[in-house]
Amino acid sequence: MATKAQSAEVSKATGPDGEAPSVGYRRRDFLNVAAVSFAGVGAVAAIAPLLVQMAPSGDVLALATTEVDISKVQAGQGIKTQWRKQPVFIRNLTPKEIAEANAVPLSSLRDPQTLAERTKPGKANWLITLGVCTHLGCVPLGIGEGENRGPYGGYFCPCHGSMYDTAARIRQGPAPKNLFVPDYEFTSPTVVTIGAKGK
Amino acid sequence: MRFILGFIGAVFALAMTCSLFSGLSTYFSSPPTPLASDEFHREPKALHLASDGPFGNFKNQAQLQRGFQVYSEVCSACHSLKLVSFRDLKGIGYNDAEIKKIASDWKVQAPSINPETGEAATRKPLPSDTIPSPFANEVAARAANNNALPPDLSLITKAREGGAAYVYSLLTGFTKQEGYKNEKGEELLKKFPDAKTPPNLHFNPYFANLNIAMPPPLTTNGQVTYADGTPATVDQMAKDVSAFLAWSAEPNLASRNAAGWPVVLFLLIASILGYLAYQNIWHEAKRKVRVTGALDPQNQAKSRSAKAKQGIAG
Amino acid sequence: MSFSWAKPYEPKTALGRWFDERLPLPRLAYGAVGGGYPVPRNLNYFWNFGVLAGVFLTIQIVTGIVLAMHYYATVDGAFNSVNQLIMRDVNAGWLLRYAHMNGASFFFIVTYIHIFRGLFYGSYKAPRELVWMLGLVIYLLMMATAFMGYVLPWGQMSYWGAQVITGFFSAFPLIGEPLRVWLLGGYAPDQAALTRFFSLHYLLPFVIAGVVILHIWALHIPGSSNPTGVDVKDEKDTLPFHPFYTAKDGWFAAAFLLIYCAVTFFAPNYLGHPDNYIPANPLATPAHIVPEWYFWPFYAILRSCTFNLFWIDAKLWGVLAMFGSILLLFFLPWLDKSPVRSGSYRPVFKRFFWILVVDVVILGYVGGAPLVWWRTALGQVASAYYFLHFLVILPIVSALETPLPLPSSISESVLHGEAEEAAPAGQTKRRGGSVATAIAE
Repeated sequence: MATKAQSAEVSKATGPDGEAPSVGYRRRDFLNVAAVSFAGVGAVAAIAPLLVQMAPSGDVLALATTEVDISKVQAGQGIKTQWRKQPVFIRNLTPKEIAEANAVPLSSLRDPQTLAERTKPGKANWLITLGVCTHLGCVPLGIGEGENRGPYGGYFCPCHGSMYDTAARIRQGPAPKNLFVPDYEFTSPTVVTIGAKGK
Repeated sequence: MRFILGFIGAVFALAMTCSLFSGLSTYFSSPPTPLASDEFHREPKALHLASDGPFGNFKNQAQLQRGFQVYSEVCSACHSLKLVSFRDLKGIGYNDAEIKKIASDWKVQAPSINPETGEAATRKPLPSDTIPSPFANEVAARAANNNALPPDLSLITKAREGGAAYVYSLLTGFTKQEGYKNEKGEELLKKFPDAKTPPNLHFNPYFANLNIAMPPPLTTNGQVTYADGTPATVDQMAKDVSAFLAWSAEPNLASRNAAGWPVVLFLLIASILGYLAYQNIWHEAKRKVRVTGALDPQNQAKSRSAKAKQGIAG
Repeated sequence: MSFSWAKPYEPKTALGRWFDERLPLPRLAYGAVGGGYPVPRNLNYFWNFGVLAGVFLTIQIVTGIVLAMHYYATVDGAFNSVNQLIMRDVNAGWLLRYAHMNGASFFFIVTYIHIFRGLFYGSYKAPRELVWMLGLVIYLLMMATAFMGYVLPWGQMSYWGAQVITGFFSAFPLIGEPLRVWLLGGYAPDQAALTRFFSLHYLLPFVIAGVVILHIWALHIPGSSNPTGVDVKDEKDTLPFHPFYTAKDGWFAAAFLLIYCAVTFFAPNYLGHPDNYIPANPLATPAHIVPEWYFWPFYAILRSCTFNLFWIDAKLWGVLAMFGSILLLFFLPWLDKSPVRSGSYRPVFKRFFWILVVDVVILGYVGGAPLVWWRTALGQVASAYYFLHFLVILPIVSALETPLPLPSSISESVLHGEAEEAAPAGQTKRRGGSVATAIAE
C-alpha cells in the first residue's frame, strides 16, 4: 500500500534520526492502518440508515394486520376484503362443499393439501385465502353472488382459465399453486385478524 | 473595463447612500409610533422538561400521559393533532389494548364511506388512524371560533419561538389588562390608552401581539382528574400538556440524542487517530525538506564523488 | 499535469495493467488525487475546505436521493410527507431529514470559508481565473438548488420565500411579470411550481458535480496555489497528494463532521426557522419573512435599496444590487491586478480584506433580523461598502500598494518555519539557501 512505501522512504531519509528503519516502519504503519480502518468502520455504519429507510415505514407496518367482522357471512356466502392492499376471499363453506373437498384424492392434486391443512381446527367451514391467482396475479371470480365458480365449484380465473375447487385448490389450468392461505387468527368467534400469527 | 466597473460600483453605492439618507430623514422627521406589543410583550418563562438538552429523553412517561389526558379532555375540542397516530402513543407508555380503547373511545370519529350506500359516514377510529380533527376543514373551524383558526398542535413546540416554554407561558399567562405593568413598571393602558383588548379577544402578554383569540383553556384547578392522582393545578396541567406537545412535535428526540453521543464519540476518536496518522506521515516533511531523485543529497553526493573520480569539476 | 517530477502511474498487478490499457481510470485518479499529483508542501488548513465541500455535496446527494423515495411533491401531501411520514414513520427518516437540512447549511459554511480563502490568497488570479469563475458558477447553482429545496417541505417560509424570490423577476421592466409567471407555471407558487422545483432540485446537484469536475480539472493544470502565492519551482516545493494531503484532509474531515453531527443530532433546528413547521398558507403572511441564513447578506443588500434613483425604482435597484453583488465577483481577476497573489504579503489589501469580512458578517446580521430603522441604515452603509470594496477600493489598492518582499520559493518559506513565513528573505541566519545544507543540519 502506498502508505507503507512512503513510510519506508521516510525512514530511509531520516538516517540522522538514528531510528532503526524496520521498527519505525511497523509502528508508524500500524497507526495509519488503524486510523483508516476505524474510519472505514464508521463509513460502513453510516450506510445502515440508508438501507434501513427502504424497509416498510411505521404506517405501512401498522396496516400489516386487518380485522374483519365475519358475523354476517352465512354458510354458502363469501366476502371479498383487503389485507396489505391485496384482495382476500373469506368464504363460509357449506357441509356439501366441505365433503366435496375432503373427497378429492391428494395424489390427483397439483399442489396436494387437505382442507384441514388450509383451515383452522374446529373451523373447517371458514376458508380464508388471498384472492390472487397463483398463475400471474389476476383476481379470480367466484366469491360474489352469481359469479362463475368454474366446474369444481370454487373459483375461476378468467384471465387464463385456472380453476380452483371448494377448498381453493388448483385443479385445472396454468396456475401452479393453491390460493395462498395467509396467517390469521380468530380473535373472537365473529372477528378474524388477518396477518396475525395464531397459535 | 475597470473604469466601467468602478463607475457601476459608484452608482450602486450612490443608490445605497440615497436610500440611507432618505430613510434616516424619514425616521427623524416622522419617527414611527411605538407599538404596545413591542414594549409589553413578555419573553417566555423558564420551563425545565425531561426532554431538554443533549441528554433529553421521554422517560417521564407519567407526565407525558398526564399531558395527553389534558390534550384529549381540554384542547382536542378545538385543536387537531393531525400528524400523530394513535399507535404512536406507544411512545408515551400505553400498551396495545389501551391504545385500541383510546382510539375507539375518541370523541370524534374518523371519516369513512358507508359500505352500502357510498355516502360519507364516520367510523370508530383504529389504532392505525391519525387522531381525527375536531373540525372537518378550515372553514368549519373558523365558523366555530369567531373566524379564528385554532392551529394544529402536532408541531407547535417546533413552530413557535420559545418552544415548549412558550406554550407553557401562554397557557399560564392570561391576565387582566387593567393595571398590567411590564418589567419596567410602565402600565399598558396608561401608556397606550388605545390598546384596549377588543371584544372576542383575550389579553395575554406572552402572545406576540398581546391579544389572542383563544380564551384561557385552563381555568380551574382540578379541571382534569389525573389518573395517577397528581393534583391538577393550572400550572401542573400547563406543564404536562407542554411536555406532551414537545413529545408530539419530536417523538424521535430520545433516539436522536441517544444516537448522537456514540456518533460524536466515534468521530472524536476518528479525528484523534486521523490526526496522529497525519502527524506520523508528515513527521519529516514538516521539519525537513525531503527530496528524492536528482536533488536527493545522497544522490548528489554520489554524483559529486563520481565526477571527482573522473576529474570533472563538480 | 504540468510538473515534470510527478510520479507516473505504474500498475503493479497484471489486472492493473489489463485495466489500464482499456480504461485508464486508476491512472486518472493517481494523477489527480494519488501519489502522482504534486501539491505545494506549505498549504494551511484553509486549503482543506475544497475537499470538505465535495464531502458535503456527496452527503446532500445521498441523503437527498433516499428522502426522495418518500417525499410527495403535492401541495396537499408535501408537508405531511416530510413532517409525518419521513420524520415519524420512515425508519431513520428523522436522521436523513435532519442530515439533509443541516448538510445544506454546512455545505454553505464550508463554501464560504473556501471562497474567503480564495479572496485572501489571490487564488482567483492568473492562471486560475477559470477555476475561480467555475467556482462562482458552482456557487450560483448551489444557491438555486438550496432555494428550491427549501420550498419542498411547503411550510410557511417555503411558500413565502418562493413568493418573494420569484417576485424578484417581476422587478424587471416589460419582461418581468411574464417571466415570473413562466417560472412558476402560474400566478403564485402552487402545484406547478412545487413539482418543477422538485424536478430541478433533484437535477441541479448532478450539474454541480459536473462543474466541480471542470473546476478541479482547471485547477490541476497549474496545480494548487499556496499561502505564499509564490509559484512552485521544483520538486522540493511539493509533496505528493497521497498520502500527505489525503491524511490531512482525512483527519480534518472527521473533525469537521464531528461538528456537523453534533448540530444534526443535538440542535437540528437551530439554524432553521420555526415558521417552516407551519403548513403553507397563501392567505397569511408570516410576521418576518427571512430566507435561510446563508442568503442573509444578499437579502440585506436587496432590502437596502429603498430610494427610486434616476428612472429605476427601488425594487429594481434592490434586485440589480443583489444579483450584481455576486456577478461582480466574476470580474475579480481583472479588478485586482496586483502581481502579488497572497494577502500575507499585501498589508494594505489585508486590512481591507478584514473590513470586508466584518462587512459581510454585518450584512448577514442585518439580513436575518427584523427591519428596524438603525439596522436598515447599518445595512445600507454595509451594502455601499461592499460595492465600493470590490469595484473601487480593490482596483486602487492593487495598483498603488507596495507589497512586502516575497520569499524566493515555497521550500525557502517552509524552512524558515511557519511563524517566520512572512519574514523578508535575507534576514535569515542561514548561510546560503541550499537545501542540501539544510538537511545536513
